[in-house]
Amino acid sequence: MTCKEFLALLDDLIDGTVAAETRAELEAHLGRCKHCEVIFNTTRKTIEIYRSHEIYDLPTGLRERLHAAIMARCKKGCS
Amino acid sequence: MAIIQPIAGELEPHPDVALVERVRGGDVAAYDSLVRKYERQVFRIAQHITQNREDAEDVVQDAFLKAYEKLDQFQGNSKFYTWLVRIAVNESLMRLRKRRTGKMVSIDEDIVTDEGSVPRDLADWAPDPEQNYGQAELAEILRKTIQGLPQGFRIVFVLRDVEGLSTEETAETLGLSIPAVKSRLLRARLQLRERLSRYFQRKKAGRGAKSKEAASVATTPGQTGVEKK
Repeated sequence: MTCKEFLALLDDLIDGTVAAETRAELEAHLGRCKHCEVIFNTTRKTIEIYRSHEIYDLPTGLRERLHAAIMARCKKGCS
Repeated sequence: MAIIQPIAGELEPHPDVALVERVRGGDVAAYDSLVRKYERQVFRIAQHITQNREDAEDVVQDAFLKAYEKLDQFQGNSKFYTWLVRIAVNESLMRLRKRRTGKMVSIDEDIVTDEGSVPRDLADWAPDPEQNYGQAELAEILRKTIQGLPQGFRIVFVLRDVEGLSTEETAETLGLSIPAVKSRLLRARLQLRERLSRYFQRKKAGRGAKSKEAASVATTPGQTGVEKK
């Protein structure tokens, strides 16, 4: 397997959507290619960091303003 | 509140189904529960698309109001969350179009990609590299990095990797084909990885944990990164 072929299947490996046979080939490539190992590990880490950190804090009072808007809409006729 | 015990062997209905039914029956408090559950996700999506805090806040308001008013049209064959996300994405794109009057805004616009190229920056990262930064500083790095992605890549990455939609749900929400979503996701992940490497790569020597550029990232007052978990 070449690095290009590995990269084409990188997402499937990360998402766990590869068949066992292909996975074995990908893992064998990882075992002998330091570059692809770095790409695999750091790409996984990239996703994990974005998943686990809140980068936009919620504006204060947003929920209250929304609740008021929904209630106002209700008064205009919704059940 | 009635607790419905699922019968063994039957598919357990998503908890939102009961909430949606209560809202349809006139229970506004049940809608507040849905708002509390999803306001953060909707705000994040809106902020990632509009890249403007006021617009994102308006989108949250408009999306939840629209969902409330159109709840009768919600078929229930998709999840309430993905239905809501679709409304939020559309509202965000509309808001963006208003702001950029005259300019076409589309997540389906052609994106020039370096298709098939092998990532250039191959330096390994430090172990737990995010720990070299304070919360606010890290949040600023992550914001700056993702804001630099092309719009069509950023939305796919956010829906798929941050908000947890499946490839199929992402494709349906954005009106893209599944291969298009897959291709954009790979590009997005690789580009983010490469950009973050500037901050996170293992230093060859010395104790300087942060590069000069990374250390100079300004932190915005009030923008504190908060752990989601």
